[in-house]
Amino acid sequence: MDALSATTVELDLAAVPLRTVNALLQGREVEGQETLPVDTPVTLTNPRGAHAVAVGMDTPRQVTVAGHVGYYAAGMNQRADVVIEGNAGVGVAENMMSGSVLVKGNASQSAGATAHGGLLVVEGDAAARCGISMKGVDIVVGGSIGHMSAFMAQAGRLVVRGDAGEALGDSIYEARIYVRGSVASLGADCVAKEMRPEHLEELATLLKAAGFEDDDPASYTRYGSARTLYHFHVDNAAAY
Amino acid sequence: MCGIVGLHLRNPALAPRLGELLTGMLCEMQDRGADSAGIAVYGDPRWSPAGHVTVSFVPDASCVELTTGLAAEVVAGALTTAYGADVAVVDAGPTLVAHVPGGDAELDRLRTAVKEAFPEALVAGFGADVAVLKGVGHPRDLAEAYGLPAAQGWQGVGHTRMATESAVTPGGCHPYAVGPDQCLVHNGSFSNHASIRRELIAAGAEFDSMNDTEVGARFVADRLAAGYTVETALKELLTTFDGFYTLLVADGDSFAVVRDAIACKPAVIAEHDDWVAMASEYRALVGLPGIAEARIYEPEPERIYAWTR
Repeated sequence: MDALSATTVELDLAAVPLRTVNALLQGREVEGQETLPVDTPVTLTNPRGAHAVAVGMDTPRQVTVAGHVGYYAAGMNQRADVVIEGNAGVGVAENMMSGSVLVKGNASQSAGATAHGGLLVVEGDAAARCGISMKGVDIVVGGSIGHMSAFMAQAGRLVVRGDAGEALGDSIYEARIYVRGSVASLGADCVAKEMRPEHLEELATLLKAAGFEDDDPASYTRYGSARTLYHFHVDNAAAY
Repeated sequence: MCGIVGLHLRNPALAPRLGELLTGMLCEMQDRGADSAGIAVYGDPRWSPAGHVTVSFVPDASCVELTTGLAAEVVAGALTTAYGADVAVVDAGPTLVAHVPGGDAELDRLRTAVKEAFPEALVAGFGADVAVLKGVGHPRDLAEAYGLPAAQGWQGVGHTRMATESAVTPGGCHPYAVGPDQCLVHNGSFSNHASIRRELIAAGAEFDSMNDTEVGARFVADRLAAGYTVETALKELLTTFDGFYTLLVADGDSFAVVRDAIACKPAVIAEHDDWVAMASEYRALVGLPGIAEARIYEPEPERIYAWTR
């Protein structure tokens, strides 16, 4: 790997137990280990697809994971900025509250599930159920997303530079979805909506934050809730 | 949860390492289920010598030990008597692998001889190329008992089981290898297996277990016997079976992956010039030579991914 700057701490997951690494990243004391200063970037080497890498952080720490990770990487993140230099397994950045998670490769299912805040960027594709039950997070996907993405999304924004799979935004509440490519099908109560100036502005800000500022926001379509399923109505019974 | 692993070698130079690589993959998936673990190995010269046909069997289908407790020579003697000519037997822990020179006719005769000499036996697999080893126990212990690390060949499939639909017995252990040189492993559950089982039984199929996956395997075998390709058989499976599934299906020529429409059961494929590999999780693929250069992706729902030799 590239030479690390003198101010970067490297933790080798092949040598240090994951539990210890996560405790140190969470700012806890571990016997026999030096605590990690918050302002020192940390690089984790040899993740080898391990589950729950860099979870539960609650400080403005910078963490780079040099390789592919398994399930729930950077879950429950608050304030930390995490870069995953590979693919991520199921549930990356699940329940993130704030901070950011950048996946350089592809993400598996349920990326950003139930996340309340922060920014999740997937440079490659995200699989099924991206942003399921999202509650305020911003998710920007460089490639395409799988089926049932933004299922029951409640708040936040999902931006897709590629295509979306079947049943996009099924039973969506107030989240906003922007898709540049095709949408295989829309889920119950999800409809295409007009791109008003405030949406173009919002999308431009999100694209810039994710490093895709060259995209033309006008080339995207906005999707959101038709709000017909908020209250039970017998005429909608077939749509539930 | 269950764990699936599979490795299809494109570069024959890797054949001597098949068992070693497959062992690493299987043991990495043991966290997904450690009730039992089975493997299918294609082309091992010890288990399936060229020009021979092979029957893999567990002599006592109720056995949950790492060994049969039987000496291979004694078993070979019993099978030789039943078969009417010399039968070689290799001890592979809880499974025994018998082989004789010949083709389809000899394969049928050998299967009959196994059933005659060991009426309580579970036939784990049969064919010209494949050895299927099944057992109850921890995947790492089983891999050792099978002698998997020393296996060679051109393709292998493995499964670590967390039982949800049927008993923890050798009969509930994957792979299901119910047609010649075929095998199928499954992560998930079929919800309409009982009705499909009844239809298959009405059409003449016989079952070894109450396991839902066996229904899938017998369905595929039934279609292959009717002249379908693996691809068309799996297409029909997709429209027939309800439930959650990631399946890996292999035969003497091919290696195929398919997931149901919901696709909540995990699967990762890695393609390299020297091999194609599939596993439930990426971490099972980490030890493969050249993994850093492989193309890694998740199979899409209801799409059939197949590779042929």
